[in-house]
Amino acid sequence: MLTKRIIPCLDIKDGRTVKGTNFVNLRDAGDPVELAKTYVEQGADELVFLDITATVEKRKTLAELVTRIAKTINIPFTVGGGVTSVDDVSAMLYAGADKIAVNSAAVRNPGLVDEIAGQFGSQCLVVAVDTRHTEDGHRVHTHGGRTPTKIDTIEWCNEVARRGAGEILLTSMDHDGTKAGFADELTAEISEQLPIPVIASGGAGTEEHFKTVFEAGKADAALAASIFHFSEIPVPQLKAYLKAEGLPIRVVG
Amino acid sequence: MKTAIIKYNAGNVTSVINALERLGVTPILTDEVEEIRSADKIIFPGQGEASTCMTYLKAKGLDQVIRDLKQPFLGVCLGLQLLCKHSEEGDTDCLGVFDVNVRKFPPLDKVPHVGWNKLTDLKSPLFKGLNEPFFYYVHSYYAELGEQTIAQTDYIKTFSAALHKDNFYAVQAHPEKSGKEGELILKNFLEL
Repeated sequence: MLTKRIIPCLDIKDGRTVKGTNFVNLRDAGDPVELAKTYVEQGADELVFLDITATVEKRKTLAELVTRIAKTINIPFTVGGGVTSVDDVSAMLYAGADKIAVNSAAVRNPGLVDEIAGQFGSQCLVVAVDTRHTEDGHRVHTHGGRTPTKIDTIEWCNEVARRGAGEILLTSMDHDGTKAGFADELTAEISEQLPIPVIASGGAGTEEHFKTVFEAGKADAALAASIFHFSEIPVPQLKAYLKAEGLPIRVVG
Repeated sequence: MKTAIIKYNAGNVTSVINALERLGVTPILTDEVEEIRSADKIIFPGQGEASTCMTYLKAKGLDQVIRDLKQPFLGVCLGLQLLCKHSEEGDTDCLGVFDVNVRKFPPLDKVPHVGWNKLTDLKSPLFKGLNEPFFYYVHSYYAELGEQTIAQTDYIKTFSAALHKDNFYAVQAHPEKSGKEGELILKNFLEL
């Protein structure tokens, strides 16, 4: 049976993880590769590295980092943040990333989704969708959720799936950072309509939230950051809980 | 020991090279017939579209070269599918080493099959030390079950997770991305 994936997300700036962690056993808590290794040992199913570096020059640091991650870790990983062109995608895949996440650039130019899928295949393309509930309904937001658009979230997810997205990373800005649970209803609505997997993101605070987003939210995978970085819910504990609750989960070692 | 990775018109082989290097093996990436023939172990990775890749192999004359190889040979993902008889992807006649066909998953669930799934009914030294491991999959086409099936996985259908005939082995999942269990399969293959 296909298992539900647990995906820690690491925010990267200038080649270092930001927000920090409280892993005591890391020699260098700011080194994304060290942190990634820890998650792999704990049984994470995939990793997402989100680059929040602003300048082009510093993006070279990212490609070097991706090369180092690819040499070290033996599970799939996605790189996202600031991907605006086929060339960006090519550089990251060449460095060894398994998948690339595009967000704002796809909203500006939806044809980019077709272009990337056509050139590199849908399997390496994750379209990240940041959504917020407005008085008009669920609307796509760009630039890290700061800039609203008039695009309906569910219609957008269907459109990028048609254009060749391999997976959707759905982040609810209403839930992100609240630790009050994922956007289960919206996730379920999208996941049931789409022929491709949906990764739920935003709002994880307890083990039960993951159970709910997999069951009621119909999510194929769930992503979180701080609860893992600060060991509030260590990955092995979360997976043991979900397995005991009867969900299909890969438990290592 | 010389380990060759067959270079053809297929996706990113970096992850396979990285995985072998983690095992202390430095492979050569080549499409030269003599380099392939003289290797001790050959890995045939793959990510891409079946007909495009078969066309490339034929243009290079590698289709017959591969069929005639006698040393241990490991197909991965599309590499497995190209070793079968025929693929529904692009209505492609493949290498015909394995006596099964490759079909597209019916849309009864999400396609592609993406994520970690279990290998069962393991029947090969390739799986030495493994007990129903989880492997990472990404694929839209699957090889049917047959007499050469040495592992099965369930998703929409029960399909061939791995196949074996003579010196030819193949796995549908990505051992290079499947953690320690994946590394063990690569290690077992290198020790065949």
